[in-house]
Amino acid sequence: MTFDLEYFNIGYLDTLSYKNTFVHRLDPRVKILVSFIFIFFVVSFPKYELAGLIPFFFYPVFLLAVGDIPLKAIAKKVIFISPFAIFIGIFNPLLDTAVILTPFGIPVSGGWISFFSIVIKFILTVSTALLLIAVTSFPGICEGLERLKLPRLFIIQLLFLYRYLFVLLEETLRIVRAREARSFGKRGKEIKTFIRLISILLLRTLERSERIYQAMLSRGFRGEIRVHKSYNLRLQDIVFGVFSVIMFYILRNYDIVYLVGTNLRGFFQ
Amino acid sequence: MSHHIVDLKDVHFCYPDGTEALKGISFRILHGEAVGIAGANGAGKTSLLLSLSAHLIPTKGEISIGEVPLSKKTRQEIRKKVGFVFQRPDDQLFMPSVYEDVAFGPINLGLTDEKVDERVRDALEMVGCLQLVNRPPHRLSEGQKRAVSIATVMAMKPDILVMDEPASSLDPKSRRQLINLLRGFKHTKIIASHDLDLILDVCERCIIIKDGRVVADGLSEEVLLNEPLLEENNLELPISRQHAHYFLRS
Repeated sequence: MTFDLEYFNIGYLDTLSYKNTFVHRLDPRVKILVSFIFIFFVVSFPKYELAGLIPFFFYPVFLLAVGDIPLKAIAKKVIFISPFAIFIGIFNPLLDTAVILTPFGIPVSGGWISFFSIVIKFILTVSTALLLIAVTSFPGICEGLERLKLPRLFIIQLLFLYRYLFVLLEETLRIVRAREARSFGKRGKEIKTFIRLISILLLRTLERSERIYQAMLSRGFRGEIRVHKSYNLRLQDIVFGVFSVIMFYILRNYDIVYLVGTNLRGFFQ
Repeated sequence: MSHHIVDLKDVHFCYPDGTEALKGISFRILHGEAVGIAGANGAGKTSLLLSLSAHLIPTKGEISIGEVPLSKKTRQEIRKKVGFVFQRPDDQLFMPSVYEDVAFGPINLGLTDEKVDERVRDALEMVGCLQLVNRPPHRLSEGQKRAVSIATVMAMKPDILVMDEPASSLDPKSRRQLINLLRGFKHTKIIASHDLDLILDVCERCIIIKDGRVVADGLSEEVLLNEPLLEENNLELPISRQHAHYFLRS
């Protein structure tokens, strides 16, 4: 059953965040800021840029390699949501037919270039966001956001989302299994039962939220969740942050690919 | 001692949809008493516990806890006195890690950081779960979740402990540990359960409710061995006494 697999998949990203590597140990604030700046630089490229984007893969590859995250886990998720990016750019080759490049005598229209530019930007930004979660853990990110002074209410919502995502999925898993156990072949899998299934899930969720709220009240909840923890920026956090941002700046403003290319050509001649 | 007395006088409760869950319940629980509450499914056990922990306000009658009458104004005060362990640990554990969850109550009580830390460690130690301190709740087994949710309440040092089905979904060893833990807890305990052996082991007194009314209130040894009464309430003799019974018969 695919639902089971998907469930364990989500849990997998969570499991990865319990590792203890250099990037896992970095302060969550630094990782969030660096990743945010990274995304900003990537999307700032003009629409016909391809070569300049490629060196930016160093950042996700760095997180992947140092954080000991399997490529397959991230690649699968990126592919899973890729239709969104593909559909944004799919009509570019039809609308923008002006030829702007002719490598090896093959005319390539601007539409294709901008399409691939969108896809590469998508892969860079989404894989970085996923890797950020995989090397920081979701509560870690919430903590970082909180220390970056994001509104508390927003963060509490995110924390509850994370906590009850697993509970809700387990609940769904049980309902889906119960349906599987008593439906054979196509019968019992019609849209009608699906609607009922969803409504039962909604009702159970509402009831559960009521009970959770009571549990919170029982323990003195009065509108805010207070947590105390102390975190200090260490030298390695600052070095990592400064170094990454300088790298992004260089990669954005100097055509590294071109420089490396001409130098190599000079070397071989 | 006169404090921590739980006093119910003719308590009625009616849900907004018209279901009458409690129809005139009266009893008095003294300081340090351990009381089991038994009854068939739908007899009103959960509604009773929810009103004891100030989540439901009786539509008629009066509840007073430690001589504070329950009303909308005194809710907060009463919740500080009553520690309520919910039937499902997933409802009780809502923070991202065990530590933060156990610390939630003490922080809300306004304790200092060191005090909070001490309370968290003591409570987890008490239920034997100190090694789980940094785990997220969704990675615990059912028994561990149960133990941690008891710790979340213990960390608040309540005067009165109210539990709804504490032993459900526990393996026999964890259940035995829970029973020992409860016996060690010297404050007032109110435990609703279908596990009559647990009640017999932990509580000296037992109240049976049926259809929102008290039908029996007395020593556990007497109430829980009264076969016709138990039968009438969809209950059975505690397993530990069934054998003795058979021996006597044969």
